[in-house]
Amino acid sequence: MITPVNGAIDLKVTHCIYHKRGMSRTVLNSTPIFARFTLAVATLLILSTSTAQAQDWFKTETSSGAANIRIAVADFKASSSDTQTVPFKGTFDTTLYSDLANAGIFDIVSKSLAPQSSPGTPAEMNLQQWSAPPASAAMVAFGSLGVQGGRLVANGFLFDVKNTQYPQVLAKQYSEDPSEDSARQIAHRFADEIIFRLGGGIPGIAETKIYYVKIAGGNKEIWEMDYDGANQHAITSLGTVTLSPRISPDNSRLAFSSLGKDGFQIRTYSLLLGRMVNFAGVGGTNLSPAWAPNGKDIAYSSSRSGDPEIWISDINGALARRITTFKGPDVSPVFNPRTGSQIAWISGRTGLPQLYIMDVDGSGVTRMTDGGYATSPSWSPNGQFITFAWNRKYGPGAPGGQDIYVMEVATKKWIQLTHDGGRCDFPSWSPDGRHITYANTADGRADHMRIWTMLADGTQKRALTGTGGDMPNWSWK
Amino acid sequence: MSPNSMRLSKVFAMTVAVLALGAVTGCHKKSSGIDPNSLGPTNGPTSAAPSATITADPLAIDLGQSVVLNWRTVDATVVTIDGIGQVNANGTQTVSPSNSTNFHLTAKGDGGTVEANVRVTVRVPVAPTVPASSGNLPGDMGSDAEFHKNVQDAFFDYDSYELRPDAQAATSQAAAYFASHPAIKVVIGGYADERGSAEYNLALGENRANAARTALTSAGVAPTRLRVISYGKEKQFCTEENETCWQENRRAQFTLDR
Repeated sequence: MITPVNGAIDLKVTHCIYHKRGMSRTVLNSTPIFARFTLAVATLLILSTSTAQAQDWFKTETSSGAANIRIAVADFKASSSDTQTVPFKGTFDTTLYSDLANAGIFDIVSKSLAPQSSPGTPAEMNLQQWSAPPASAAMVAFGSLGVQGGRLVANGFLFDVKNTQYPQVLAKQYSEDPSEDSARQIAHRFADEIIFRLGGGIPGIAETKIYYVKIAGGNKEIWEMDYDGANQHAITSLGTVTLSPRISPDNSRLAFSSLGKDGFQIRTYSLLLGRMVNFAGVGGTNLSPAWAPNGKDIAYSSSRSGDPEIWISDINGALARRITTFKGPDVSPVFNPRTGSQIAWISGRTGLPQLYIMDVDGSGVTRMTDGGYATSPSWSPNGQFITFAWNRKYGPGAPGGQDIYVMEVATKKWIQLTHDGGRCDFPSWSPDGRHITYANTADGRADHMRIWTMLADGTQKRALTGTGGDMPNWSWK
Repeated sequence: MSPNSMRLSKVFAMTVAVLALGAVTGCHKKSSGIDPNSLGPTNGPTSAAPSATITADPLAIDLGQSVVLNWRTVDATVVTIDGIGQVNANGTQTVSPSNSTNFHLTAKGDGGTVEANVRVTVRVPVAPTVPASSGNLPGDMGSDAEFHKNVQDAFFDYDSYELRPDAQAATSQAAAYFASHPAIKVVIGGYADERGSAEYNLALGENRANAARTALTSAGVAPTRLRVISYGKEKQFCTEENETCWQENRRAQFTLDR
């Protein structure tokens, strides 16, 4: 998995064999990255031809040599006797613990191993208690929270347990209108401060949003939720089929594709104004918008010329120019968010849809996948990887599922992140590059889709929504 | 050809395949230790079995047009084609069938008899059966029931937007109907089965609807009378997970554009 080293991301590959019968597990190797990868692929090929009993999984691991920081979170101390304090503190404690556990960079001390004390101030902190086994924490977060004078006030601290002389790493104070949501947002902000300090300077994602399609009867609307699945609510109420929500880099505007009298058209919604804003309508089917990282261009699939091609326009639909010219479906573009100068997309020019990349002027077309049925690319924030959905054995009557994969752009080497869990689609990177959200339907039924997150190595999978959630798109910040 | 007869022929083909498979397996069991060359026709190992192929160009024509048959045989002494009679071992002939015809070639030789087939589809324009009162008045498109009686949807192969012969027949029949009913305007809806990605299937549906649109405009229907909308897999005719159902959903649908 993933540990930040000067903003870079390392993926490590572990090759596991799970024997279905007996469930014995053999870890063949766990050494760094893709050097081992070729060997693993070769082993996979040999095994898959020699025995049907063995099932091979590639699994990426966290940590690139350095162990994850072991962190403990004390329940915050109630700082007032206001009746609202207790429920808000419960929400805050749960959210803070969950944010740090989900960050992907910590070895978190489980609540059952942590000391029972709730130090509210540095003076009440007994470091010895937290550094000793079984907690054995390297860092501890603690503080106080309560409703005082009509405000929800929290004081949060982060201490380096080993540095007994100057243990304080962080001290933060928050004051908000008292509400359940405020308690959650304060916890997210404090968690992001901790993650920013201890996570190699990459901002945390606890304050980010996920936009998605909510399936409701025959209609599909665009909804928004917090990154952890809380606070799910509707954005659009267009009363039709609306697909492929994509949030602008500055979080101000949503682009999506919506079915009207003349078919699917690109439409945009301003989150600042709380209403639809104009995007020039054109002929043909218009699909799958994608924001350039500068926030000034939108790439999308348009069949105004009679064949679905990739076009780029400004964010009002003006100055549209065609990028691809090849018969067959071209769809699902996404910019390289690091450079803004490349586009990955899906093309059916040679038959089944494959993943391609090209420069934004349409030159340098490179096919990335070697077969199967590839869809729904999302480019990692550092530009190094593309995650996408792939059914490698696709064909009439062929077995095999559609799973989430990550490919390294420079080498075209890939790893598989989901296995045997039903059809997966629409992966989307988190802005810290450590997480991927995606949609999955365990039984294959489209209306049973739900939204999940996982770490970018395929571990810590968690469902964020119930059934009826599809096409998630993670905000840029 | 209707989807039903397509299905029947598919079932037939599969049955043949299964039987052939069974035959091969049986052979294996018997032939252990036997020279495989000694198997096969009994009339002497010296006479090779004849082989034959027959092709037609084009495979589908309109009524009144002609098609060129082209056949090649090897090691055959007597070659006949049903409806034509005895012919040379290799040859071509121009024919103009009045309805869809299976050209059946039989080649007999010392080594046995083989057969070859080619089917030529003849598109017969459907005479407008609509009563004059509801047919040709300007601005009157007629009823939906009438429309669907005369215009069939075009169906597609898996992950394909090419018009199959049955879809070509459907579009040429639809074109003839539109020609005789100038008031009719049409929405061509593009659909895909539920497998694969929503975004890709919308693009594929667009290609399917456009393939039908191109066929209609080539047949003389004014482009202004046609409107294309892709629904991808967002609207389904059938929601079960089997090939019959998926085939129902892979289509270009013609509806009146009111």
